[in-house]
Amino acid sequence: MKDEIIIAGFGGQGVLSMGKILAYAALENNLEVTWMPSYGPEQRGGTANVTVILSDEPISSPVLDTYDTAVILNQQSLDKFEGKVKPGGVLIYDPYGIHRAPTRTDITVVSVDAMEATIEMGQAKSYNMILLGALLKMRPDVPVEAVVRGLKKALPERHHHLIPVNEAAIRRGMDLVK
Amino acid sequence: MKGNEAIAHAAIRYGADGYFGYPITPQSEVLETLEALMPWETTGMVVLQAESEVSSINMVYGGAATGKAVMTSSSSPGVSLMQEGISYLAASELPALIVNVMRGGPGLGTIHPSQSDYFQATKGGGHGDYHLIVLAPSTVQEMADFVALGFDLAFKYRTPSMILADGIVGQMMEKVVLPPQRPRRTAEQIKEQCPWAVTGREGSRKRNVVTSLELDSAVMEKNNERFQRTYREIEKNEVRYEARYTEDADYLIVAFGSIARICLKAIEDARKEGIKIGLVRPITLWPFPFDAIREAARNVKGILCVEINAGQMIEDVRLAVSDRVPVCHFGRMGGIVPNPQEVLDALKKDFINK
Repeated sequence: MKDEIIIAGFGGQGVLSMGKILAYAALENNLEVTWMPSYGPEQRGGTANVTVILSDEPISSPVLDTYDTAVILNQQSLDKFEGKVKPGGVLIYDPYGIHRAPTRTDITVVSVDAMEATIEMGQAKSYNMILLGALLKMRPDVPVEAVVRGLKKALPERHHHLIPVNEAAIRRGMDLVK
Repeated sequence: MKGNEAIAHAAIRYGADGYFGYPITPQSEVLETLEALMPWETTGMVVLQAESEVSSINMVYGGAATGKAVMTSSSSPGVSLMQEGISYLAASELPALIVNVMRGGPGLGTIHPSQSDYFQATKGGGHGDYHLIVLAPSTVQEMADFVALGFDLAFKYRTPSMILADGIVGQMMEKVVLPPQRPRRTAEQIKEQCPWAVTGREGSRKRNVVTSLELDSAVMEKNNERFQRTYREIEKNEVRYEARYTEDADYLIVAFGSIARICLKAIEDARKEGIKIGLVRPITLWPFPFDAIREAARNVKGILCVEINAGQMIEDVRLAVSDRVPVCHFGRMGGIVPNPQEVLDALKKDFINK
């Protein structure tokens, strides 16, 4: 099993932390994992992306040119990464703020109204977890229970009371995928 | 955890006595993690944010002169500032660990990954005839492991050693097994291990002087001869490298650090197309694995040296094979990291579809 994932969007949307939680969940599930951020002076507002590789074998390159799975949170990232999903791969995106939808037909494109669901749930900060839920539905690389354990590791203890909210968001994201 | 965090954890677990540093991207997490872990309350390790890189390296000099296990970390522009101190450490035969998480230069350059300090790290960097033992980690695990290795080699040979990493392995997270906690050495153990250290003279011990200054040229030449003997000894004993797929290879890639992993993926992809490429990854950049590369290159049609710089290690690769095999360079600069496909395309262009 190997899943080469790119998660991309604006800084502040929780792109890097979503990758981090997935990475910790994979560790909990005894997988090999690499998490490689696009680091830089790109805080809120700029673009940010992270490459997460999950595998049951040792991972060579942490840097990739094509991906099995893409989770796309803004137009710039869609423009940049749509063409880099491997044929047969999965592209998950939130249509909120997207004015040019994906056009590829050789991949599975999944539209997830995560922003809408976030507003409905009144939990702006769990936006990324809704998308993580959608990702886990399409790519059941790790069980939700491992993600919850991953959350415990990725979040500082003072935020542990928010884990149930995040778990609810993950399950909501899973339900959003038809 | 991140490679930079692994360095911090490994330093505490090694039983290091002190860390002196100044923040700079992409390695600020080293100091940040040490400050968060507060080892001064557990092992007694000193962690100090100095006012600059120049003072950091001179604090390292001071600590090292007393036989303590001390270290610093920085990134390219900061390591340039440290060169005077590093030359003094080498000349005073002091063990210390310096970590350089390279970013793109020259000048302040970029904060993104680079390997353009290869020359600086392996060919001296500061003034005078000296070498550092240079270790190039390619995984977060090696970031952790090379802290102990770097310190051990530094103490064994009384010479500073350097971990030459890059922004990729510093910033990326992966699985790591940390070494067990070792106690810091006691004052008695330091006196026994480092009889040269300035530890406060008690009783009749001869006075220890730690200095790089020697105005008598005859003595200074003797000192240099002693340094060179140490370097020959290190070259004999401490060469480290990793060879993959070299037995049946038609082409060879030589790459170090995280770039070697990108090349490994290119090599595995190429094997699916029937192109047989081998990899030699120097782990010690100094001493350089000349023999291993010569051996691996015996039956190959060409060598591609992949580095994220304009071509620095390629000079040592050429020396290794004495230009009996064509050697080409592929690299990106300024913080750009090539992907596996670019590496494979470069190899095909240079050797297969030329």
